[in-house]
Amino acid sequence: MDEIQKRLLMEIADLHGVPEGAYNIRANGQMAARNTTANIDIISKEDGSGIDIRIRPNTKKESVHIPVVLSDSGLKETVYNDFYIGENSDVVIVAGCGIDNCGTQDSEHDGIHRFYVGKNAKVKYVEKHYGSGEGEGKRILNPGTEVYMESDSYMEMEMVQIKGVDSTVRNTIAQLADGARLVVSERLMTHGKQNAESIYRVYMNGENSSADVVSRSVARDESYQKFDSGLIGNAPCSGHTECDSIIMDKGRILAVPQLEANHIDAALIHEAAIGKIAGEQIIKLMTLGLTREQAEEHIINGFLK
Amino acid sequence: MPILELQNISYQVEEEDNDKEILKDINLTLEPNKFVVITGPNGGGKSTLAKIIAGIVAPVSGRILFDGEDITNRSITERAQLGIGFAFQQPVKFKGIKVIDLLRIAVGKHISVAAACEYLSKVGLCAKDYINREVNASLSGGELKRIEIATVIARKTKLSVFDEPEAGIDLWSFQNLIKVFENLRSSVEDSCILVISHQERILNIADEIVVIADGRITGQGGKEEILPTLIGTQAMVNVCNKMEV
Repeated sequence: MDEIQKRLLMEIADLHGVPEGAYNIRANGQMAARNTTANIDIISKEDGSGIDIRIRPNTKKESVHIPVVLSDSGLKETVYNDFYIGENSDVVIVAGCGIDNCGTQDSEHDGIHRFYVGKNAKVKYVEKHYGSGEGEGKRILNPGTEVYMESDSYMEMEMVQIKGVDSTVRNTIAQLADGARLVVSERLMTHGKQNAESIYRVYMNGENSSADVVSRSVARDESYQKFDSGLIGNAPCSGHTECDSIIMDKGRILAVPQLEANHIDAALIHEAAIGKIAGEQIIKLMTLGLTREQAEEHIINGFLK
Repeated sequence: MPILELQNISYQVEEEDNDKEILKDINLTLEPNKFVVITGPNGGGKSTLAKIIAGIVAPVSGRILFDGEDITNRSITERAQLGIGFAFQQPVKFKGIKVIDLLRIAVGKHISVAAACEYLSKVGLCAKDYINREVNASLSGGELKRIEIATVIARKTKLSVFDEPEAGIDLWSFQNLIKVFENLRSSVEDSCILVISHQERILNIADEIVVIADGRITGQGGKEEILPTLIGTQAMVNVCNKMEV
């Protein structure tokens, strides 16, 4: 891998070299490195469209890294990654995509991730998106995520996109069986003329299933964001979705939290708040010696932490 | 040389057809090594004066000198960097900023957790319970207030202004608050502390008391001279009653 790719890897996966445990590193449309373990197997799909990650039942305290980096301008790819997470396992999955586009053509990576989470399994999924490069070509990421959760499984998803991605449409669909719990924490910052849409549909089909979908975002310059989070309660369940956003400059945000209760014992809540940084927060930090710009940075960094 | 000089400070706000004068031609000099308390009835202009000193509110006319330098047109940041500390009456809440982050910003460099704990223990908070808490509404009013005071202590400024530090300090004794002021005064050479307060026990330790009512200084002098004139007036009564409960 070259220096640009290494830098991208560091941004999206905090990796300084090859990770521990199982991994599959994809660079410019090709597999760059792979490692499997006794409990975690990674197999390329026969048609070359992606990989299957198979985690054996009862696998505990193991991790899988599947970062993707693009440093060639004009590369467009759609990749399908399927995760089969065995019963009673407890694993961390780190995905993410970094694009460096110095050219004039658009670079695009559309990653479709499907998770089949077995009974009583516990998954922490971390996905970071990052873009860099001075070229005119756009950096485009359209992640699609499908989550199928069996009974009493737990999945925590942390989605972060802080810098450099010009256009994103994120689509996430989840189906929850009895006692399954999904917790999503999304953090997003857009600048320039960037556009980011995030759409969630969480179907709580099983008794005592629950979901918590929370987004914190900052829209700067002339960027635009849409957060469309829908919780559908088809059984006795509890769901909460929240969008908390800061707008700056000429940034625009549309928040569309929606709830659909199809069962008398579905308890659903949504909250949404959009506003600029509170003036008193900036003033307080200025009285501690920061400039207005430094104060704003501290406030935003804290907000997105 | 005085630490702070306010010369002919006036401030007014527009209200419908006529302007309302909040401060009228205030002249005040703060000398080094002094503990000065400004008191007076609510709505008399005390908090506005504190904000004018910190640079949060700009006076309509008049001059402000700090250490002999004209700072009338200096920003909040510049005044803070020159050595003016300001504790808000209503502490500001944040999302995601932790107590330790705020203390690090206040000190102006990366300090250790142990050093940050030092400041928190000075305001009577058990540091390990608070250092990683977010400065948000999950903290009580009294806790936020003490953290606010800690951020000003941590700055070790030449002039520290506290706007009603006693308000909301529920479970913490006044002795400790007074100790905080005394420590602060002795830790920074030639420093001056300016407190806005109605609290008799704070007025009692003042070197000098300034009474502001209806936008004007109506009394100024040592506590022996001023305190007797305040007993039973609005300058002292309200909050005293509340605090005794």
